[in-house]
Amino acid sequence: MTRPVKVIGFLDFGGHWDPSLAFVMVGAIAVYSVSYLQIRTRSAPLLADKFFVPLRARIDKNLVFGAAVFGAGWGLGGFCPGPAITSLASGAVPVTIFVAAMAAGMYLHGLAAHPNFWRTLTRSTHAPALRLISDDS
Amino acid sequence: MTDFTPLASLTGGVLIGLSAAAMLLFNGKIAGISGILSGALMPVKSETLWRLFFLGGLLVGGLILRFWLPHAFEFGTVRSTEALTVAGLLTGVGTRLANGCTSGHGVCGIARLSARSMVATAIFVATGAVVVYIVNHLLGGAI
Repeated sequence: MTRPVKVIGFLDFGGHWDPSLAFVMVGAIAVYSVSYLQIRTRSAPLLADKFFVPLRARIDKNLVFGAAVFGAGWGLGGFCPGPAITSLASGAVPVTIFVAAMAAGMYLHGLAAHPNFWRTLTRSTHAPALRLISDDS
Repeated sequence: MTDFTPLASLTGGVLIGLSAAAMLLFNGKIAGISGILSGALMPVKSETLWRLFFLGGLLVGGLILRFWLPHAFEFGTVRSTEALTVAGLLTGVGTRLANGCTSGHGVCGIARLSARSMVATAIFVATGAVVVYIVNHLLGGAI
């Protein structure tokens, strides 16, 4: 999946379809689902005090909209975060541009999602220092 | 079908699954790379070192590939700087809004039978397919 042509080939349902990505997903999900069940029977992980498993259950508009936006970026570039970072090791310019833009996108979201951001924008003076706090583990 | 590589793909997937399992077993965390990256970019105290190690591991893996299997970096696509920038921005914003990407939702979430992840994955595959259709069949395939 470090090769966008493979991702785009998988998403090209109406053209030269390459099912390879489906095989990646099947392999990964098969291994992880079995592992997950086994590992979660433990009271704690090996090197930490507890498990940090996502608590959100609601399918909300951020999820739906975010997935749609991410999918568009994925289809356009053919990169998703993991392989993009791995591919940085190649030193290739295209993936460096992509990762820089992805980081910028994450920052932009972090800013816009932060409650102080809008207050700081609308205050003329005495704006509090903007603290960026990540709310995800 | 062109360029179908079932064995390599399955192997790659198994390795991803094992890596995510290791993350869960050792650190109790979900291997959601968009979350790991964004958390490293906007650090919270005591939550940064493990992220840097994980991201560093991805890079080390990449270096190994670079010398051992360099054709892994034959991207095979033509994308302008503008297209790559837009793609990156969309990916950065979208994964944060959705709180996950192909690893977090697509692998870990589906394996845990998370409805959120199944919905997210279906949606991003769908919009990805729409964009690919537009680029490949309406815009000539190279933008």
